[in-house]
Amino acid sequence: MTAAVELKEVKVLSAKYHLKDSFTLEVARQHGGYSQIDKAFGMEPGDIVEEVKNSGLRGRGGAGFPAGMKWSFLPKDNDKPVYLAVNSDESEPGTFKDRQIIEKDPHMLIEGIIITCYAIKAHDAYIYIRGEYVAQARMLQNAIDEAYEAGLLGENACGKGYRVDVTVHSGAGAYVCGEEMALLESIEGKKGQPRVKPPFPALVGLYDAPTIINNVQTIASVPYIIEHGAEGYRKFGTEKSAGTFLFGISGHVEKPGVYEVEMGVSMQEFIDKLAGGVWKGRKLKAVIPGGSSCPVLNAEDVAKCTLDYESLMENGSMLGSGGMIVSDDQTCMVRNLKNLLYFYQHESCGQCTPCREGLGWMYKVVADIEDGKGKMEDLDLLLSIADNVEGKTVCVLSGAAAMPCRSHILKFREEFEEHIKLGKCPFPK
Amino acid sequence: MSAEERKAIRADKPFAFSEETERKFQQLLTRYPKDQKKSLNLPCLWLAQRQEGWVSAEAMEYIAERLEIPVTDVYEVATFYTMYHLHPIGKYHIQLCRTLSCELRGKEEILKHISKKLGIKPGQTTADGRFTLSQVECLAACGGGPMMQLNDDYHENLTPERVDQILDQLP
Repeated sequence: MTAAVELKEVKVLSAKYHLKDSFTLEVARQHGGYSQIDKAFGMEPGDIVEEVKNSGLRGRGGAGFPAGMKWSFLPKDNDKPVYLAVNSDESEPGTFKDRQIIEKDPHMLIEGIIITCYAIKAHDAYIYIRGEYVAQARMLQNAIDEAYEAGLLGENACGKGYRVDVTVHSGAGAYVCGEEMALLESIEGKKGQPRVKPPFPALVGLYDAPTIINNVQTIASVPYIIEHGAEGYRKFGTEKSAGTFLFGISGHVEKPGVYEVEMGVSMQEFIDKLAGGVWKGRKLKAVIPGGSSCPVLNAEDVAKCTLDYESLMENGSMLGSGGMIVSDDQTCMVRNLKNLLYFYQHESCGQCTPCREGLGWMYKVVADIEDGKGKMEDLDLLLSIADNVEGKTVCVLSGAAAMPCRSHILKFREEFEEHIKLGKCPFPK
Repeated sequence: MSAEERKAIRADKPFAFSEETERKFQQLLTRYPKDQKKSLNLPCLWLAQRQEGWVSAEAMEYIAERLEIPVTDVYEVATFYTMYHLHPIGKYHIQLCRTLSCELRGKEEILKHISKKLGIKPGQTTADGRFTLSQVECLAACGGGPMMQLNDDYHENLTPERVDQILDQLP
């Protein structure tokens, strides 16, 4: 393990959050909003793609795919329009960071969209926002309206002779629409059922045209990279996990919330110092590090982890969307898993049989164990179902359920066995 | 959706966009490619729900006509996504998040409190038609759990007292 990056809050994405009315165009502009447009339009589109590639910026939605590399997959010869889809579906339990960007600095996102559109030669951007974000969609639309009125968007965006139109498209309550292909289906007016990949959306995406899909936080990071260059961005974080991240933390901590830090800081310190430690003076039992689909870590693992892609991977989990869910030592891990599996079986789109049937089955078996009706062989059965749903479906939703299922049993097997032996849950309700 | 199920979601009165909804619809038409009217499927269902409080079979048939798509394309979308109401619901819709972060911070206590206070279980509406209670999946307010969405607005860090304050002052 390499030494952790020093823990302190940094202000790259969150620079304006403390300002009054930071969501307005006026305040955004007084504090550097849209100041990178001139520089970006002075560059060749391909050079912006290179700069973002060199910055090491990776997708902040969960998969962590290098953003600049994704952009470079667009076809060179193409007579169709190119689309940008901004993923603001934010539905992975434990994840609530993009909401901050939309509520506190939507103009940073819009500036990122304008620069990205220019870089990938797109003119139309769709922001796909989850349906429950009614107030947030309204705030975003207000910011977009302000940008249109000020000539920052439209036929002649920012006076650069380049058209950029931005449209907010609301979902209607389907977790699976955060999956990029389901998201495109939903914009096209269909059920959110993922498409088979390949072809990847950079070649065949929205309306069968080349499409780049990036998370809100990813796009909001672009203006900073233009301003400070790839090297300036790389000053934050580690070699393979560059930059800053808006980490969310929830569950049993004293100060849940969203904190921006460099990647590579110690997870334990993040929990103890920024989030105020485990609540009620209790001890740490478990952390789900990056949204509920990431394999759970026990206290011993947490002490070893730093918040970057590599460390989490080395310790058997994932950085995901950076949303940590903390459980104290009085938590029933069987109950936690039951809660999560209910979520995943509820959100299966029903397209693939292993997911549609397997997730409901996993939920019922775990619910039985929690209710004291489990059998010892159920544990192997659960592991077998997990292996047989993951990787057998069009998208990764089945895997997103299999990973917590497998890891909860592997890390906390004795709790499952105790439920079965006692014929009841040993924890207080 | 079977013929019986479709019959059960009829309002038994004609549906059309109001003047204000029509204006919004015309704006939306400019936001998508001209040959991709189907993209307005979800937005139109939202418009209909905003206008009437729910989406009836008549509304779906009207949307299909306006978008020049088969009515089954509208039905399948309206029934796939959980936020479209296929029946009228209460004036105030309480959606309590049931997912892990909220559960860890006391969602169950809040659910019991609301259920007792209003005399309804999740999925039910009070006899006076004022409140509908639902349990929903993660609303991305994990840092403020337990939380609920009351119509459009989020209310976080709930306690039984806080719930009373919020619900008791509703007009």
